[in-house]
Amino acid sequence: MTASDTTTVATPTASNTTPVLNVQRVRADFPILSLQVGGKPLVYLDNAASSQMPTPVIQRLHHYQTHEHANIHRAVHYLSETATAAYEAARRTVQHFIHAREEREIIFTSGTTESINLVMHGWGRKFIAAGDEIIISVLEHHSNIVPWHMLCAEKGATLKVVPINDAGELQLDAYAALFSERTRLVSLGHVSNALGSINPVKQMVAMAHAQGVPVLLDGAQAVPHLQVDVQDLDCDFYAFSGHKLCGPTGIGVLYGRAALLEEMQPFKGGGDMIHTVTLEKSTYAPIPNKFEAGTPPIAAAIGLAAAIDYLQGLGMDAIAAHEHALLQYATAQLGAMPGVRLIGTAREKAAVLSFTLQGIHPHDVGTLLSTEGIAVRTGHHCAQPLMQRLGVPATARASFAFYNTLTDVDALVAGIRSVQKVFA
Amino acid sequence: MSADPKALYQEVILDHNKKPRNYGTLEHASHHADGLNPLCGDHIHVTLNLEGDALQAIAFHGESCAICKASASMMTMAVKGKSRNEAEQLIHAFVDMATGRTSPGATVNAGPPLPAMARLSVFSGIRDLPMRVKCAILPWHTLQAALDSQASTSTEAQNDPMHTPMGDA
Repeated sequence: MTASDTTTVATPTASNTTPVLNVQRVRADFPILSLQVGGKPLVYLDNAASSQMPTPVIQRLHHYQTHEHANIHRAVHYLSETATAAYEAARRTVQHFIHAREEREIIFTSGTTESINLVMHGWGRKFIAAGDEIIISVLEHHSNIVPWHMLCAEKGATLKVVPINDAGELQLDAYAALFSERTRLVSLGHVSNALGSINPVKQMVAMAHAQGVPVLLDGAQAVPHLQVDVQDLDCDFYAFSGHKLCGPTGIGVLYGRAALLEEMQPFKGGGDMIHTVTLEKSTYAPIPNKFEAGTPPIAAAIGLAAAIDYLQGLGMDAIAAHEHALLQYATAQLGAMPGVRLIGTAREKAAVLSFTLQGIHPHDVGTLLSTEGIAVRTGHHCAQPLMQRLGVPATARASFAFYNTLTDVDALVAGIRSVQKVFA
Repeated sequence: MSADPKALYQEVILDHNKKPRNYGTLEHASHHADGLNPLCGDHIHVTLNLEGDALQAIAFHGESCAICKASASMMTMAVKGKSRNEAEQLIHAFVDMATGRTSPGATVNAGPPLPAMARLSVFSGIRDLPMRVKCAILPWHTLQAALDSQASTSTEAQNDPMHTPMGDA
């Protein structure tokens, strides 16, 4: 069974070579989108936190559990071989999806957070020393800040931070000035979760490489919306999560250049990551197994591959084009509303709209929008340093996926009006 | 969700949000505390004057949502002039109501209902919004911390005597 069993949605039009999404057909693939919340149809605009799962992925998980499940890489019986084959096929699906050179460069993790922590423990703790410097940006999610704080505290290293302008764009001159002979690593978000800014990471990777510094990209918010090619970006590590990609929770990916992964130390010890074990010492398995100790989330990895198949069936270009149209419409609609302040107006943006309403705290906005069936995220978006830079305690954030419609934007506008009316 | 959350945003709460009572800082406070909800960034500062056993004056300020600000404002009105013991009874009664442990108007140890709780029962609907319960109880937390002469408290503190797992609500 594949994603294409139930979906044929990308159809080229005569006037435009980019395939166009048939959104109503796409929506029919997502059972949860027909939910009613408090008697109102669900308007799900919290996709940057987690996206919903289409029927082909749900069915793939069901098929795995009912026909294929056993532990992998161990026994020689039929089910173990079937599960192992499906798990390793999932690795190849991810490899092709992000255009990695080799499948052994794909490490399955529990999510972006674990991927970044893997680099911190496996690479950082081995190669970072007192006085060394790591560059991040003020846009980062806490998952790309806290691991480096931990490493800096342990090693006596220092964090350097790329600033933004008021639109939420990274300042490349300031970035260039941060490099010193002690710079050992650059770790940057590809797309900002809080503002949607798409950072010029290809250029920033090239600038780091010119100084001989490797780069980790946090792609959690990029992979669901953009065509990602790790060879074209030329990054050294790339991290993302399955559940923001219409896949299951509990699965993520770390891509690493093979040469770097090979010189790293393991992050977790246990079964499946060893070559030999005696009572005196262990030797480690080659990559990727060296970093996948214990029984991995097998079903979740297979579900992630099914989600990638589904998205590629729609076409990442068609997804990006549809989401861009949503962003433009939503930006124009919300931008024209009195009392609405858009936060984050970078020229290059993913379909994320952070905003505040004058005199109304974002948490009240979130609770009242929920009474209209509208799901947005409110708070600091796990990006407190960014909120401090912007001078706001929190924002409300509407984040769109390819299954959202212009009608969803209209519902948000009407919802905001009704919130303003309550507080008038 | 059993109740309409919109019902929570009724006039009295919106009014206290717009025109918070006892808003500011007491200059020569005998007790004070900062309260923080790190999950949403709500921040409340409470100052008060305890003369003997009597809570003579109380003020608050901070940055927070309407639920938190209105709760703080109504709290200051409810406890002003009360004894320390009465204030602590109200704190417990309010937290129990907000977390759904008791029905509105009931008191700890099933004693007689506290008259001040009648007005505060506008917050009883918060029990149906588990993510917002902490907004309502943060000021009360902070008042307790001030009475206990703790400089700060957090809704996420491990040793918080009023720590309330959200699953309760």
